Amino acid sequence: MTASEVDPALEAGFEAGFEAGFEATIARNDRIEPRDWMPEGYRRTLVRQVAQHAHSEIIGMQPEGSWIGRAPSLRRKATLLAKVQDEAGHGLYLYSSCETLGVSREQLTEMLVEGRQKYSSIFNYPTLSYADVGTIGWLVDGAAICNQVPLCRTSYGPYGRAMIRICKEESFHQRQGYELLMTMMRGTDEQRAMVQESVDRFWWPSLMMFGPPDAESPNTQQSMAWGIKRNTNDELRQRFVDMTVPQAKALGVTLPDPDLRWNEDRHAHDFGTPDWDEFMAVVKGNGPCNAQRIAHRRKAHDDGAWVREAATAFAARTTQAALEGTSR
Amino acid sequence: MTDTTPRAEWPLYEVFVRGKRGLNHVHVGSLHAPDDEMAVLHARDVYTRRNEGVSIWVVRSDAITASSPDEKDPLFAPSGDKVYRHPTFYDIPADVPHM
Repeated sequence: MTASEVDPALEAGFEAGFEAGFEATIARNDRIEPRDWMPEGYRRTLVRQVAQHAHSEIIGMQPEGSWIGRAPSLRRKATLLAKVQDEAGHGLYLYSSCETLGVSREQLTEMLVEGRQKYSSIFNYPTLSYADVGTIGWLVDGAAICNQVPLCRTSYGPYGRAMIRICKEESFHQRQGYELLMTMMRGTDEQRAMVQESVDRFWWPSLMMFGPPDAESPNTQQSMAWGIKRNTNDELRQRFVDMTVPQAKALGVTLPDPDLRWNEDRHAHDFGTPDWDEFMAVVKGNGPCNAQRIAHRRKAHDDGAWVREAATAFAARTTQAALEGTSR
Repeated sequence: MTDTTPRAEWPLYEVFVRGKRGLNHVHVGSLHAPDDEMAVLHARDVYTRRNEGVSIWVVRSDAITASSPDEKDPLFAPSGDKVYRHPTFYDIPADVPHM
């Protein structure tokens, strides 16, 4: 028997042992680390989720990025620039985590621009007015925080560590957005109308960020069992609504949902149902900006190719020069 | 030795940051860079945007040798039964000060 011919029964025995070790780690609420054995389904689910999360950060730079040059003051420009730079950083933390699962950065970028991996549907909506910068900070980043805080305790170590770094920075994002809206609400009637119009457009898409209802979320149960997700989509959506209602009141805007009201029995807000047909259409690529977002990402990647190649060539030449220098 | 065709992907670096003077460098994550110098610059941009560090180390990931997770038990077991290495192993009367 050669080294490559392992007895299948023996191999199955090892596999069962590894799986028991993995299950025990999850049961202890310990973290799985990159070089641990893990079931293929666990790895695949994580690659899908972390990649989608990374792509969302990178694509998420676009809707707000288009306002950097048009923000009304140097202070607002600096804030927005810092925020968009953070999104790039968040994307990089998450790509690094994803790469520990055995996919390369190049593969991830390809899967994004070829539409084989998804990103959050929210970024397929356009930013039509400057108030949208504030609304995105308040509602979109607020929803993201709701999603991300429990993920700091996710069972995969590198993902959890990336989420901890991200959550520390997201708080700035939400606060700058809310402050921007408060400033506009203290302005003219026209500015107040701009804020309300923006909130009307972003409210429902923000609720959709938590994903389909639990009954129609195919991956939730297994992801919860593996400790990848810590709460269901509906739990997080409810938490977000309950957090946001008093913030809307303090701001002086209305949320565009006639069914939204406090339910004393549940000690939570009742609210209407998002348009799930619209959600599915956007997820499938038919949102207002899907094609534009991907085209822009692909162009940025292609336009940057010469920079990556030049840096690689420079590195190769300096290494070569150093080698020749020492051998002389 | 003269192969200068660009590699498909920049090598991976691990990044360590010293949060402030007096503390160890701590592993914070990883990134891709074409060479060591660029790795330091990228690390500054990615991992220290809010004064998180006063010093950065970067090292090529393929230069790190790690213990194997499968050998975890045999590797670390020898310290498990050496309770006498811990201060609480030694009984000292409660009224003896500064111990």
